[in-house]
Amino acid sequence: MENNYAIEMKGITKRFGQVVANDNINLSIRRGEILALLGENGSGKTTLMNMLSGIYQPDEGEIYKDGSQIYIHSPREAYEHGIGMIHQHYKLIEVFTAAQNILLGLDEKLDIKGANLKVKNICSRYGFDIDPTMKVYDMSVSQKQTVEIVKVLYRGADILILDEPTAVLTPQETETLFDVLRNMKRDGKAIVIITHKLNEVMEVSDKVAVLRKGEYIGTVETKDTSPQALTDMMVGHAVALNIDRPKYDNPQKKLVVEKLTCVDEEGITKLDHVSFEARTGEILGVAGISGSGQKELLEAIAGLYPVKEGSVRVVNDDGSETELVGKTPRKIREAGVGMAFVPEDRLGMGLVGSMGMTGNMLLRSWKKGKGAFLKTKEPENLANKVMDELEVVTPGVDFPVRKLSGGNVQKVLVGREISNEPSVLMTAYAVRGLDINTSYTIYNLLTEQKMKGAAVVYVGEDLDVLLELADRILVLCGGRVSGIVDGEKATKEEIGLMMTQIGSEEGANE
Amino acid sequence: MTMIVTLIVAAVTFGTVLMFGTLGEILTEKSGNLNLGVEGIMYMGGAFGLAGAFYYEKAAGLEASGALAIIIAILSAFAAGMVASLIYSFITVTLRANQNVTGLALSIFGTGIGQFVGEFMRVSEGGYVALSNNLKDSFSQTIFPSFLVNIPVIGRILFSHTIFFYLAVILAILMHIFLTKTKRGLYLTAVGESPAVSDAAGINITRYKYLATVIGGGISAIGGMVYIMTTAGCVWNHEGLSGVGWLAVALVIFVMWRPLNAIWGSVLFGAMMIMYLRVSIPFIPTELYKILPYIVTVIVLVLTSMRNSRDKQPPASLGINYFREER
Amino acid sequence: MNDVKTPLFRLAKRDELGRGKVWAIRAGSIIVALILGCIPMLLTGNSPAEAYGVILQGSLSRPIYIKQTVKIAIPLLGCALAIAPCFKMRFWNIGAEGQITMGAVAATFFALNFAKTIPHVPLLAIMFISAAIFGGLWALIPAFFKAKWNTNETLFTLMMNYIAIGIVAYLQGGPWEGRKGSQLIPMFQDSARLPTVLGVHCGWIIVLLLVIAMYLYMNKTKQGFEIAVVGDSVNTARYAGMNVGWVIMRTMFISGAISGVVGFMIVSGANFTLYKGVANGVGFTSITVAWLSQLNSFAMIAISMMLAVLEKGANTLQTRLQVPASIADIITGILLFCMLASEFFINYRLIFRGREKKEVEA
Repeated sequence: MENNYAIEMKGITKRFGQVVANDNINLSIRRGEILALLGENGSGKTTLMNMLSGIYQPDEGEIYKDGSQIYIHSPREAYEHGIGMIHQHYKLIEVFTAAQNILLGLDEKLDIKGANLKVKNICSRYGFDIDPTMKVYDMSVSQKQTVEIVKVLYRGADILILDEPTAVLTPQETETLFDVLRNMKRDGKAIVIITHKLNEVMEVSDKVAVLRKGEYIGTVETKDTSPQALTDMMVGHAVALNIDRPKYDNPQKKLVVEKLTCVDEEGITKLDHVSFEARTGEILGVAGISGSGQKELLEAIAGLYPVKEGSVRVVNDDGSETELVGKTPRKIREAGVGMAFVPEDRLGMGLVGSMGMTGNMLLRSWKKGKGAFLKTKEPENLANKVMDELEVVTPGVDFPVRKLSGGNVQKVLVGREISNEPSVLMTAYAVRGLDINTSYTIYNLLTEQKMKGAAVVYVGEDLDVLLELADRILVLCGGRVSGIVDGEKATKEEIGLMMTQIGSEEGANE
Repeated sequence: MTMIVTLIVAAVTFGTVLMFGTLGEILTEKSGNLNLGVEGIMYMGGAFGLAGAFYYEKAAGLEASGALAIIIAILSAFAAGMVASLIYSFITVTLRANQNVTGLALSIFGTGIGQFVGEFMRVSEGGYVALSNNLKDSFSQTIFPSFLVNIPVIGRILFSHTIFFYLAVILAILMHIFLTKTKRGLYLTAVGESPAVSDAAGINITRYKYLATVIGGGISAIGGMVYIMTTAGCVWNHEGLSGVGWLAVALVIFVMWRPLNAIWGSVLFGAMMIMYLRVSIPFIPTELYKILPYIVTVIVLVLTSMRNSRDKQPPASLGINYFREER
Repeated sequence: MNDVKTPLFRLAKRDELGRGKVWAIRAGSIIVALILGCIPMLLTGNSPAEAYGVILQGSLSRPIYIKQTVKIAIPLLGCALAIAPCFKMRFWNIGAEGQITMGAVAATFFALNFAKTIPHVPLLAIMFISAAIFGGLWALIPAFFKAKWNTNETLFTLMMNYIAIGIVAYLQGGPWEGRKGSQLIPMFQDSARLPTVLGVHCGWIIVLLLVIAMYLYMNKTKQGFEIAVVGDSVNTARYAGMNVGWVIMRTMFISGAISGVVGFMIVSGANFTLYKGVANGVGFTSITVAWLSQLNSFAMIAISMMLAVLEKGANTLQTRLQVPASIADIITGILLFCMLASEFFINYRLIFRGREKKEVEA
C-alpha cells in the first residue's frame, strides 16, 4: 500500500449534542498539493479542520500523520505535528507588532531582532510583504492575514489549513495570496483551503474534497472536474429548491435609494453611490461576497449607520416621499414608516438575549402608549401568537431567548418584525445556520409579506435560494452596485461574475 | 531652596509608599485583573509588616538587627498581600465572580484584617506597639554614607531617602524590563489584552493571571508596610493609611500602566498630597491640594479616551473575566 | 490513551437551576461564611458561639438596639437601590461614595444657611431636593464622558469619590468651619433634622418607599426596559430606537440623585453634621449589597439588614469581649467572598471526566 499522505483522517465523526457535524469522514492530504475543502455553509468543513488543529477532538475516527496515528489535544500539539490553521477570525493582539504576535506562545527565548530577521526570510521565501515591526492596529485585513500565515510558518508548520481565506480580501489581494500558496506548494507544503467559492477552487487547487451536510461526498482531481460537477456534488443533484414565487400584480415603487455613500470609522468607503429601488409585492435579493457592503446598506437604510451622502426615501401611499437619511430608527418609526429589519446579528442587535419572547416583542412597541409604564398586554399576546403560528419551541414566553435554538431565535425575530404589516421588510442572512424546514418557513413568511404588498429586501449568500426566491437581484461588489438582474432569467454564473466584477475594475485603476 | 529640597524629600517619602502600591497594581492590571482591593491589601501589608518587625524584635531582644527587621517586615507584608490577592484571584479567575465587586469586598475585608491585627496587637501588648528607636532608625534612615547626603542640594535629593525608595526604583526598572523585554512579560501583556488570543496561542491564562495578581498584591502590600514603618513612625495608624490604596489605583491610570512612569508619577502624587503642609499658593485653599492627584487622573483618563490613541489605553480586557466557551 | 490530557473536570454553563436550589446554595454560602468567621474569634481566644450570641444580642435583642441597627441599614439599602439600575445597565458606577457626599454637601448648605429662615418641613424638602440634584449632577459627569467618549466609568467614578471627599475636607476646615480651628462644621439645628418615626429617623420610610419605587421602575416602566436593553446589548438598544447616551446619562443622574438623598438622610437623620467621612464606605459596601441581591430590590432589604446586624453587633462585641470592632468588616468580607463564590455554583456546573458522554446525551 502506497502511503505518502501527510495527513489521513479516517472515519471521523463529531457530534455537538444531537447535531452530527461530521459523519464518518475520510480525507487525505498530500505534500506539495493544494486541497480545496468545498461545501456550503454549515456543511462541516470548519469543524473537520478544527479537529486537525486541536480545537476539537473527534468522537470517533483516527488521524494519521505520515502513516502513524496521532492525537491532537490542543493547538499547541497541532503545531508540534506541523499542522497550523489560519482561522477566519484572526487571533492577534492589536497593540502588538507583527513579530510580537508571531512569537506569542512560543517556548523559545524572546529575541525580537532574531525574530524580525526570520520573519523577513519567510516573507521573501514565499513572496509576502510584511513589516515585522508594524503594529497590528495599523494593518489592513490582508496584512493581518499575512501575519497569521507567517505565524504558522514560523512555527515550522508544513501542513497549512486556511479557513475561507479570501472572504475578506479584494480580488488582487486574493491573487497575491494564491501566488503565495503556490510558492508554498512548490516548497513541499501540504495546504488545505476551506471555501465555498468555485472559481477559486478551480483556480488554485489540485484536488477538491466535497462535504455536504456533514457527510463526505468524495474527492476529485481539479483538472478532471468542472464547476458544474462540483456544484452537483456540493448540493446533491442539480438544485431545485421549489421555493414558491408567486407574482404580485402591479408592483409600485416603495423604497428609493439614491447615490448612498457610507464611510466607516477608519475612513474606508463601505458603500459607494449605491442606487436602486425596491417595489411593493416584490422580493429584491441582494447578492455579493460577504463584506461587500450588505450589512452597511441595510443598517444605513434603517438609520443605524451614518450616511455620508445620498438619499433614502420611502414612497407613501399617497405618492409623497419621506426622506430617511438623518433620521434615527425612532424618528423613522415616528414618521409613520412601517419598516421592519431582521439584522444579521440576531442576539446582538435584533433581540435581547436575556429577556423572554414578551420582552423581545416589546422592543418594537415599548414606546407605545402614554405614561411612564410599559404596556405588556399586547406584546404578551403577540408573543403567544408568534409562538403558536411559527411553532416556536420554548418553555414559555418569559424564557430567555438566548437559551433557545438558532431556528427558534430567528422565528421570534422574524415573527416580531412581520407582525405589524411592514411596508418595507429587510432581512440579512435570514436563514444562516437554520435547518431546511425552518429555512422554508422563513421563505414562505417572506413571500407572504410580499404578497401582502410589502417591499422585501433579502440579503442572502446562497445564490440558489436568491434565484428562486427573489423577483430581482441586486449584486453588490466592493460597496458598489454591479448590476440588478431579473430573478427568473438570471443564471448563477452571471451573478457570480457580477459579484467579482466591479472590484477587479476598481483594482485596475488603483 | 531648602524648602523645595525639603518638599522633594517629603514627596519621595510618601511617593515611595505609592510607588509600591502602584507597581503592584500595574502588574495585576496587566493581566486584565482590576483589583480594587489595593486599599485592603495595603492595610494588611501595613499591619502584618509592623507585626513581623515587632515580634521579631520582641524575640531577638537587644540583638535585633535592623537589616533583618527590614527583611522580615518586607516578607510578612508581602505574604499578607499575596494571601489577600490569592483570595481575589480564586474568586475572580477560578470562580469568575465580578471583579469590581470582589475587589471592593477585598477592600472591606483587608481594611478589617489590618485594623483588627493593629488593634489586637495594641490590646494584647498593653496599649502600645512600637519598635525601639534603634530599629525605627534603620527603617527611616538612608543607606548612603553621610558625606554623600551632605552634598549640597543634590545630596538630599538623591541620597537621603530610605532603603525602600531605592528598592522601589529598582523594582520599577526590573518590572519595565520584564514587561518590555522578556517573553513572560510579553505573554502577560497579551493575556491582559486578549485572553482569547493568548489562550489560542497556548498560553496558560489562569497561571499568568494568578501569578501576576498574587505577586502584584504582595508588592502593593509592601507599600502599606513602608507607610507604617516610615511615615507613621512604626506605629499602627489606620487614619493615615486610609485612602492610600485608592490613590495607588489612581496613579496606575495616571502613569498609563507603565512602571517607569510610576517613579516620577508617585513622587509627583506624593508632592501633591503633602504640599498642603508646606506650600501655600494664594487663592487655592491648601486642603484642596489633596484632590489634585484625583483631578489630574481624571483629566488623563478623559484625554486618553478622547484621543483614543491605541497605545495609551488600559489593558483591553481589564475588568472582564475570561471563559473559554465550549460548544 | 486518548484521554490522557483531558482534565479531571471541565466547566459548562448551567441552563437553569430551580429557585429553591439557588436559594439553598446562597443560604449555604452564608453558613460557610459564618463558620469561617469563627477563625478570627478563636484566634483572639473567644468562643464563636458566645461571640455570635453577643452580635445578635447587641443588634437585635432590645428595641433600642434594633433601632440603631436599622439606622445603619438605611443608607446601605438606599444606596444599593441607587446602584442597581447602573449595574443593570452594566455601567460600573463605583462612585456612590462621592455621590452620597455631594448630596450631603447640598443638604448641609441649606441646613447651615436657612435653618432659621425656612420652616421645618419646607427646609427638609429643599434639602432633599437639592441633595438629589447635586448627587445626580455629580454622577452625571462621568456618565457624560462615558456617553460621549466611552471613558472608563469604573476608574472615573472612583476618582470622583475622592474629589468629593476632598471638597468636604476643605469646607470642614474652611468656609463652613464652626468654631475657628475646630475643623468641624456646626451641628444642625432642629429644623434641619429629620423627624423620627418609631424611634428611627424617617429615612427608613423613604428607603422602603424607594424599594417599591425601584422595583416598579426597573420592571414595569419604559425607562427600566431601556436600561435592561442597554445592559444586554447596546446595538439592540440602538436598533430598538433608544438613545443609548441619553439612557446612560439619565440613569446615572437618577442613581446619583438617590445616593444624594442617602447623603441627605445621613447628615439630617443620623449625624446632624457634615464631615469628610460622611459616606463612611457605604457607597462601596452597598455595591456588594446590590450585587449579591441580584439587583432585586426586596432581597436588598435582607442583605443590608444582615450587614447592619454584623456592624452593630460587632460594636457590642468590642465593649463586651474586647474583640476589635473591625471584626465586623472581616466577617462582612468573608460573607461577601462566600456569596460571590456561591454564584459560581449557581451559574456553572462541573462535568467530571468520563461522565461527559452521558451529559451530552442527556
